[in-house]
Amino acid sequence: MFYIHCPYCQEYREEEEFHPRGQGHLMRPADPDNATDEEWGDYLFFRDNPRGIHHELWVHSVGCRKFFNITRNTVTYEILETYPMGEQPTITAESEKLRKEQGVQTADGGWQTIGAQPDSRALNEEISS
Amino acid sequence: MTQTNRIDAGGRVDRAQTLEFTFNGQRYQGLKGDTLASALLANGVDIVNRSFKYSRARGIVAAGAEEPNAVVQLGAREETQVPNVRATQQALYKGLVARSTNGWPNVQRDVMSWVGKLGGGFMPPGFYYKTFMAPASMWMTYEKYIRKGAGLGRAPHESDPDIYDHMHHHCDVMVIGAGPAGLAAALSAARAGARVILCDEQEEMGGSLLDTRETLDGVAAARWVEATVKELSGLENVTLLPRTTANGYHDHNFVTLHERRTEHLADTASEAGFAGESRARLHRVRAGQVILASGTHERPLVYANNDLPGNMLAGAVSTYIRRYAVVPGKKLVLSTSNDHAYRAALDWKEAGREIVAIVDARANPDGDLVRQARDSGIRVITGSSVVEARGGQRVTGARVCAIDLERFVVTGKTEELECDTIASSGGYSPVVHLSSHTGTRPQWNEELLGFVPGEVKGMISAGGVAGHYGLDKTLADGERAGREAAQKSGFSEAQITLPATRARRDGPACALYQVPHEKTALRAPKQFVDLQNDVTAAGIELATREGFESIEHVKRYTALGFGTDQGKLGNINGMAIAARCLDRSIPEVGTTVFRPNYTPVTFGAIVGRHCGELFDPKRYTALHQWHVENGAEFEDVGQWKRPWYFPRTVNGKKETMHEAVARECLAVREKVGILDASTLGKIDIQGPDAREFMGRVYTNKWAQLAPGRVRYGLMCKDDGMLMDDGTTSCLADNHFLMTTTTGGAAGVLEWLELWHQTEWPELQVYFNSVTDHWATMTVTGPDARKLLSELTDLDLDKESFKFMDWRDAVVADVPARIFRISFTGELAFEINVQANYALHVWKKLFEHGEKHDLTPYGTETMHVLRAEKGLIIVGQDTDGSVTPEDLGMQWAIGYDKPFPWIGKRALSRPDTVRGDRKQFVGLKPKDPSVVLEEGAQIVFDKEQAIPMAMKGHVTSSYYSPSLGHGFALAVVVEGRDRMGQTVYLPMPDGTVHEAEITSPVFIDPKGERQNV
Ligand SMILES: [Zn+2]
Repeated sequence: MFYIHCPYCQEYREEEEFHPRGQGHLMRPADPDNATDEEWGDYLFFRDNPRGIHHELWVHSVGCRKFFNITRNTVTYEILETYPMGEQPTITAESEKLRKEQGVQTADGGWQTIGAQPDSRALNEEISS
Repeated sequence: MTQTNRIDAGGRVDRAQTLEFTFNGQRYQGLKGDTLASALLANGVDIVNRSFKYSRARGIVAAGAEEPNAVVQLGAREETQVPNVRATQQALYKGLVARSTNGWPNVQRDVMSWVGKLGGGFMPPGFYYKTFMAPASMWMTYEKYIRKGAGLGRAPHESDPDIYDHMHHHCDVMVIGAGPAGLAAALSAARAGARVILCDEQEEMGGSLLDTRETLDGVAAARWVEATVKELSGLENVTLLPRTTANGYHDHNFVTLHERRTEHLADTASEAGFAGESRARLHRVRAGQVILASGTHERPLVYANNDLPGNMLAGAVSTYIRRYAVVPGKKLVLSTSNDHAYRAALDWKEAGREIVAIVDARANPDGDLVRQARDSGIRVITGSSVVEARGGQRVTGARVCAIDLERFVVTGKTEELECDTIASSGGYSPVVHLSSHTGTRPQWNEELLGFVPGEVKGMISAGGVAGHYGLDKTLADGERAGREAAQKSGFSEAQITLPATRARRDGPACALYQVPHEKTALRAPKQFVDLQNDVTAAGIELATREGFESIEHVKRYTALGFGTDQGKLGNINGMAIAARCLDRSIPEVGTTVFRPNYTPVTFGAIVGRHCGELFDPKRYTALHQWHVENGAEFEDVGQWKRPWYFPRTVNGKKETMHEAVARECLAVREKVGILDASTLGKIDIQGPDAREFMGRVYTNKWAQLAPGRVRYGLMCKDDGMLMDDGTTSCLADNHFLMTTTTGGAAGVLEWLELWHQTEWPELQVYFNSVTDHWATMTVTGPDARKLLSELTDLDLDKESFKFMDWRDAVVADVPARIFRISFTGELAFEINVQANYALHVWKKLFEHGEKHDLTPYGTETMHVLRAEKGLIIVGQDTDGSVTPEDLGMQWAIGYDKPFPWIGKRALSRPDTVRGDRKQFVGLKPKDPSVVLEEGAQIVFDKEQAIPMAMKGHVTSSYYSPSLGHGFALAVVVEGRDRMGQTVYLPMPDGTVHEAEITSPVFIDPKGERQNV
């Protein structure tokens, strides 16, 4: 069960207080009336399913009722950051790749980095079972 | 029976306290301090179970959680039955009653042994399914007996008299395991000031220190344990949890602990003298740092007939002798690959029993313990191993051969040794289970010949589980772990002095898992790898030959490491065998993942107090008590308890639902009825942009809705599918009251917030749930106006208070809002009052209503009345694949609204405009007595061969007392173009119903009745 830092309440709360609402940063086409069927279909039905860094929309449903974003590692379940609506993630798949290539260590983020380390061997192996 | 195997001195049992207990119907005596297993061994009970597949006699193998065989059904009475209890983990108490879970009708003579013989000498993996599946019709019969014979324990048939509870914790440091490493870790973290929880699954804390031969500070190690536990228990920042198993290690350092609070004392908590207290407790711990100090499990060697009672782990032999003062046999042969196991032989000899020989697979063992054994005159046979156990119901001998480890063959001559016990040790496996729960894979350590925990953020593994063997190293590593954990939690270092150990030199161990035999694994007597699941070396070899190369597949094919055992003894041996067969190394074959729970947890502990009345919250309307007093039958709608119907007693006979609903329906159509509609979701919407927002989330128009007016709205998702509906009233220019379906209230509120917060944050609009604040009473029927006018001064005239108007009013001297909306098709007034006034108003309505025959009705009548009018219920007549156009509700779609409202664009998607979509229609069965089944499939051609083309299905179906026949609502392909056509509904029993497609509006198609 996740331990999630609500960026509005500024507190760690148990996952039971939250609802996941799928992929974050979904862009509704600005002019739906003139969007092609394909554009509209992409928006409605197609979602990323990355192995690794993923940005998700969550809501503190039985707390402050605010929606916010979570950057989460889908392999280790590590939550790397949470941030309010309207903000962009500071950790992305690209930034993590760069960090690994350059061997840069990021600071221990306390609770948000609980979970298996992204560098651990398990991450680089195929998950069977 | 006497305790023939009990020795006179030593052990941690209380010889002054004899405890009677019953096992498989036989009465025995044990001592306070015994486990059920040690008491059975003390009494010379060899067979404790029958094996799962082959039904072979099985005895106790281990002394702890890793025990695969002695799994018993506990409980003196039906209501106290607990399955899946390990006898090695169950403290003995007076009057304990236990049975073998396997073995029917009894473990001594087992009817299932014919099944074992039926498959010949070897039952391949998948045997049961391959053999008994044909003919398929017989499987059910076979299965019943096989399952009974396999006896995986059973749930009680009576309710549990005990209570269970949950406790939630936050701590800095969670230490799992109170052996040398765990105690040292807890002590150093606690002295530093960290909030520490220390749990241990055993009756007493101390782990291996309770039965070790080694000393600490020159005295028995148990003395240091005592002093340490005493200090810890005196610290305010420490919580000690003995008899508590860490069963699950979940994301973000969330650990679940299963504490057995009275199970070591008696059958129930009250019998244990703890009436009103919980029998077991589940602790849910969110820890800053987790110190995993779960130690190691000894690995048995895999040799022929290694499952005969009398085959045991070497370490377990030591534990039984030193901790429980029980020697589990008379003549011992020890087969080992390492020095540490030698202590079993030394302990055995000191207990005064005969040690026949130590058989060591290494050519030149020379550690301190080896020398000690030789010096005490014990025969040590080197370069050899026990290759086969002899015996029928118990070991009677051991066949010893020289073996070549490299070539995996038997080399020298055979020697038969007479004995009744074979202890074996193939080394030690760190107990990595908990670390694996988090998803990380254990890492192979070639030096240890074992897997150690993979990295888990927030976890420090310490002592044996981390691969630090030897008491001095274990203690030091524990201290380090405690210190690090405290530092990470923001505490400074504490001073702790570790007790002095006496240095001991251990020689290197050799890698031995399966022992070679003269015959191949398939031809040799069975060599068991996983005793609980009856997985043999031959089974694994066969699996690899059949092409299962991944250990995960081997596991699934053979059942290795399945079930409540979770591969505690067998996994590494199984992987080693697979690796040998595939000619790979163990890490190349990989390891499987261990899953929660580490050992079985009772449902009681999982459920805690969330049972009975507290299983699920119930929501009651303000009028609930009146409904109860007036004989309502209730229906669950979400968490709400809604009156379903109000049966009356006529001539001493209570009405059936059908009779009550028919009466209630006619009362509304002919006179006046009343419904408690308080459960409808109500959302108060305010703000300068409220109207704009309404226009974006509803499909229809809201720009012109004036204060005092009400409109029905459809809410779609952006894929164009209907998700909710309801009426919304304009209270003021920037203030609306939205109603939702009862079940959809919370979801709709979240939906509105979602769109506001993520898509249109620039709109100034605010939402709040007011569902519970208002009670809603629907007064409906031709006499509704007459009745209501007696209780309010409001002008109810049809011209001044029109259909779809709402008004502030005073009803029965109480401020109210009255809405002229109708879900029945009749003249209707929905009266909203503050919830705490509801009962008063309701009663006033009945006072005045008596002369009008005011009839209370429930949800069933509401459903019939609305269906007669073709009014949908979202979630019943729709299922997330239905658009407003499919429903024929084009009138509620604002095609020309300027803003691209939610769902609009999707209405022109190719899929939503295709011609053959299912459309909402009515169905009139040809036989007026038929009430079609909801969900029944509709076909156009009843002669068509199966599979028939399904063209729709029934969504709602009732008997209409007003119409005098059954009727239904349905979705049918191109239904609106098929008015008057006949469709067919084939039923499972072979009958085929015929029905005519009609308009979904069966009563008053012009809507005149609600407009009077
Ligand atoms: Zn919050």
